[in-house]
Amino acid sequence: MAETTVIPFGPQHPVLPEPVHIDLEMQDEKVLRAIPSIGYVHRGLEKLVEKRDYQKFVYVAERICGICSFGHGWGYCRAVEGAMHIDVPPRAKYLRTIWHELSRIHSHLLWLGLMADAMGFENLFMSSWRMREKILDIFEETTGGRIIFSVCKIGGVRRDMEKGTLNSIVDRLTDMEAELRVITDEFLKEPTVIRRMSGVGVLSREDAIELCCVGPVARASGVVGDMRLIDTEGAYQDLSFEPCVATEGDCLARCKVRIAELFQSIGLIRQAVEKVPDGEIAALVRGNPKEEFFTRIEQPRGEAIYYVKGNGTKFLDRMRVRTPTNANIPALVRALQGCDYADVPMLVVTIDPCISCTER
Amino acid sequence: MKSFEKKSPWILHYDATSCNGCDIEVLASLTPRYDIERFGMVNTGNPKHADVFLITGSVNAQSLPVVRRLYSQMLEPKVVVAVGICANSGGVFRDCYNVLGGVDKAIPVDVYVPGCAARPESIIDGVERALDILEKKAKMLHDGRLQELQEMDKLPPMPDFSAKKEAVV
Repeated sequence: MAETTVIPFGPQHPVLPEPVHIDLEMQDEKVLRAIPSIGYVHRGLEKLVEKRDYQKFVYVAERICGICSFGHGWGYCRAVEGAMHIDVPPRAKYLRTIWHELSRIHSHLLWLGLMADAMGFENLFMSSWRMREKILDIFEETTGGRIIFSVCKIGGVRRDMEKGTLNSIVDRLTDMEAELRVITDEFLKEPTVIRRMSGVGVLSREDAIELCCVGPVARASGVVGDMRLIDTEGAYQDLSFEPCVATEGDCLARCKVRIAELFQSIGLIRQAVEKVPDGEIAALVRGNPKEEFFTRIEQPRGEAIYYVKGNGTKFLDRMRVRTPTNANIPALVRALQGCDYADVPMLVVTIDPCISCTER
Repeated sequence: MKSFEKKSPWILHYDATSCNGCDIEVLASLTPRYDIERFGMVNTGNPKHADVFLITGSVNAQSLPVVRRLYSQMLEPKVVVAVGICANSGGVFRDCYNVLGGVDKAIPVDVYVPGCAARPESIIDGVERALDILEKKAKMLHDGRLQELQEMDKLPPMPDFSAKKEAVV
């Protein structure tokens, strides 16, 4: 029996582009305990709400994170709209839903690429990111930005999409579906990939509930939790879908859930494009927020919570975000216990960590 | 394109308090659409291997020592490319209490790449410009002007956050 040693993992390391630091207490090759320490990306963004006009703060809210930027912008807008009792026009709700689901596809493809990279499958990493570029092209054509769109504003959206554009998005997604199937089959059917992922980092259903996991991490452990099911602010009430759930709770299950969600999002966009109503794309916004409001949104990584408190001036008193990665870090710590050192990079990636969301 | 014939630059990328936007664009420039590997650029995790330090974000109190340590570990000749508006001047986070506002306050910067998020094309362009500077520095090293070079790449004094923090309290 060897002594325990502590191996620092991060903050600068080649697995993730983001800095996260984990102290791994090791006994030989087994991890006994993992102690995460964060703070490398803390900017103090919530405090900035006291200095910025609440309408202009949307730009800052979008930059909480570059990957789920649309979701953050939408979440903040929803919270302020709730506090000011603004009725968002139905067309804006549909357009927001379409962009949000496109973001989900882009985020999950990004994750699949990082996952392939973490297990040393370079080709699959490149293929996933090649597909992701096609989604970014759609973003660039419809919003003007590849990563950060600034298309969501308080009361609605800034840009409309014409019928032709909407149909071309669906056509392109339909073309993509076949290509996507080839990539995702590689994840789900290739024996080496399966051997690498199945049974690694198992999180039981009880653990997932106890640790308050959210999003694909919780759904892969058999917890049926998807904010879109009870979402009234988006167009989700009019669209039919089933949450993607797996029961195994290992890396492979988390991969399966995210792959199923890729195709689910394509289906949701298809339905939304069929049903999108005509009309205004933004409501008139008058006055300043006086009340407080709390809202929840299903982001690619899971449920995010937004809280705003107004005071009648154009500066808010408080804005608070609880991001999905923040809720999933305890699950990561639990999954790391007892795993092999060589599996650590893959397990860190498997919860889809977004450090800049977590620390803001 | 000519400048890529000069050297195959190895790149060290560090996210110093960025929102991820620029980081995924740095990664995107490695992937098939942009594929900077055909110019011989390789993303490395080891500062001693790297020629170019790509740095994103506005640098906070905790990442400041990491940035300075990584920079001092890199061997001469070295160039620093600040990617994105946060790395250039702080961007939207300029007024936040915990950010330095610009990488150039922490380490010497050679090339500034604008944009929020910086597009892969501009990142590649920025690295290309950095290569010209790298060549000049390599020539200095070749001529035995190491001391002059070290003087050029000297770390600025450690920035102080206390004034910004006091303003908050």
